[in-house]
Amino acid sequence: MEALPYKRKQSLRRCCQGSPLLLLVARRPWSSSSAASPPPLHTKLLLFLTQRFYDVEMLLSWGSQMKRRGIQRKNAYYSYTQRFHGPNIAAAYYILSLRGGFKYVGQSDWFRADQRGRFSWDFLNHRDAHLEEVDMSNTVINYAGLWNLDGQRSLRTLSLRGCSEVDDWFLARLHMFQDSLEELDISHCPCITTGGLAALRNLKGLKRLDVSSLPWDFEPWVGRHPAGGNVAAVPHHR
Amino acid sequence: MSTWRRLHVKVRAAQGLLTSSSRRPTEQHTWLQGHFTLCRGLSTGGPLRNDFFKDLEAQLAAMRKKAADALPGSGWTPFEINPNLPPERADIVIVGGGVIGWSIAYWLKQKERVRGGLRVLVVERDPTYSQASTVLSAGGIRQQFSLPENILLSLASADFMRNINEHLGVLNEDPVDLQFNQSGYLFLASQEVAHIMEENYSTQRYAGAKVSLLSPTQLKEKFPWINTDGVVLASYGLENEGWFDPWTLLNAFKRKAVSMGVIPCYGEVTAFKYTINVMTTADGEQVDFRRIKSVKVQMPNTLEYQPVECAIVVNAAGAFSGKLTEMLGIGLSSEDTITGIPLPVEPRKRYVYVVHCPDGPGLDTPFLIDYSGIYFRREGLGGNYIAGASPEEAEEPDISNLEVDHQFFEDKIWPNLAHRVPAFEKLKVTSAWAGFYDYNTFDQNGIIGIHPVVNNMYFATGFSGHGLQHSPAVGRGMAELILDGDFKTLDLSAFSFRRILDQEPMLERNIV
Repeated sequence: MEALPYKRKQSLRRCCQGSPLLLLVARRPWSSSSAASPPPLHTKLLLFLTQRFYDVEMLLSWGSQMKRRGIQRKNAYYSYTQRFHGPNIAAAYYILSLRGGFKYVGQSDWFRADQRGRFSWDFLNHRDAHLEEVDMSNTVINYAGLWNLDGQRSLRTLSLRGCSEVDDWFLARLHMFQDSLEELDISHCPCITTGGLAALRNLKGLKRLDVSSLPWDFEPWVGRHPAGGNVAAVPHHR
Repeated sequence: MSTWRRLHVKVRAAQGLLTSSSRRPTEQHTWLQGHFTLCRGLSTGGPLRNDFFKDLEAQLAAMRKKAADALPGSGWTPFEINPNLPPERADIVIVGGGVIGWSIAYWLKQKERVRGGLRVLVVERDPTYSQASTVLSAGGIRQQFSLPENILLSLASADFMRNINEHLGVLNEDPVDLQFNQSGYLFLASQEVAHIMEENYSTQRYAGAKVSLLSPTQLKEKFPWINTDGVVLASYGLENEGWFDPWTLLNAFKRKAVSMGVIPCYGEVTAFKYTINVMTTADGEQVDFRRIKSVKVQMPNTLEYQPVECAIVVNAAGAFSGKLTEMLGIGLSSEDTITGIPLPVEPRKRYVYVVHCPDGPGLDTPFLIDYSGIYFRREGLGGNYIAGASPEEAEEPDISNLEVDHQFFEDKIWPNLAHRVPAFEKLKVTSAWAGFYDYNTFDQNGIIGIHPVVNNMYFATGFSGHGLQHSPAVGRGMAELILDGDFKTLDLSAFSFRRILDQEPMLERNIV
């Protein structure tokens, strides 16, 4: 148990030597030749951190846990809304809460949340209208949140541009729109790998797939998309 | 004393001289020196000139300690002690460091209420895992089982893998990347077994698995490269099915468990020390109850061993768990008594062939399982596939080594493979390996729970090829059984040893 903090101290020291800022701070004591002076501030700080290693580790893990819990809460299943207002209103409310936007079938105007997350409640009047286009770009939608869109059988376009929580499992669950989905934008999603690509084969009607700026090279595989090679990929923006 | 002090003063003066002389040289040296000071400042923080006497004091203290250690009554010996020896005592000893063993270790630690409240030791025989079933498997996960328990285990495991970084992520380490391929399983059924597939489908849907049934026409439409001759029905998993890297999962479990305080140990369990209590049942039958007191762990390549006192032993030795159980005298007498019933788990050799076929089905290859018994899946994106089949019961290969029988591929696999996918006519076997199944000869399902006459040995073995994909959920169930006394999340009591006593096999209704 004692060995670990020591190791951390070593690595911290190495870090500190690498960083120019800390070096600058560290250089100061050279000028004073007195060896008996108290240890410099950064040493004291590092020592303090070493002694509190497990507490700092705990704080950090709590921090990431809280963040994760926040995302989970945002993606909760809107069962209450669904029970009282039906699945369409619940889906619409979910999208707007996540600062996304959508368009109903047969309508031309989009419902969107503004920069500060406020939106108008007009969508409550469209109890029976289905969603046709959904724009979830740069939101925290994840696998669990996708449940709220279950049952949207006429969804044609889905944009997931820059969603940090969209991963391969998410793509695998898109089979719920397998008959209707025609356009899918998964560009700039950092968590998508080649493993999730195979799942897109379930989307029978897919016509347009935007995969630009994905972390891996998608190009060679687009032409071989199982949907019959009719998928046009948007070229890389690199 | 006064002489000592004088000497001290002299040395200090001498050092003062030395330092002043070294400070004199020009400015160019200061950088180097300054850097040196920085290191020193961080490492010791104290002035350099007292080092000699500090060292002396430390040396003297060490000498005094050694002298005290050498006195009778202390634990010190002149022989070097192997640092890899397991501790003398542990609460729970898990025998077998495969994915099941490490998963149990992780969940035990996850469920302990106080940090360090449980001392868990995982004993693994082979640090290279050269014969471990975990890493030699094909690495698939599916929900297409017929028993609801197995379907639920798979669903729970898939859920675990989806959130693997929340479970197995370690702070300051890279996140776990399972390299999960979301490709699904495709089962093909012939006329004779189509009704079983339909029944299984409704069970799977009922349990919550996303599976779809396909007619031959739909199948051809979806996978144009398949020859649908003889296929009457197909079932295809839409979600939570595919394959992943077993080695990554094993190491992720191990890394997390070790970071939580599980003690890993490389050695072999060669014997148990146990007590026997003779008890009489209501029918007047005498039963020997055993209780394990300690586990003898033999260290590799030496004669050294360490008995580990423990409260609970978990038998997760996979293919070799039958042998481990025999060490307790189970299954050696006649089969009429409870003690005489052996653990029905034995190693079975299975071959996996890697084939190269540039014109093969490509990216959209699912994990295909044909009614003829063959399976294949894609391996990477370079036109490689892995294929295999289970041999007939009468033609089980010799299990003394892990050599591959290439004739088996030529005779049994290739014809069926080429029939199902005509592109595989032109394939090339590039490599092959063999691995062991922990084959449950009784009903090919896992055995989870306590042994009826060894009241501190728990089993998690005999998964007959589903061990890897069920490991997260099985580990959780075992931890619940051990720490809570009962299953809390998934009821796995159907997998208990009782079904073997009652001779009621719990068989999967498979299409192959």
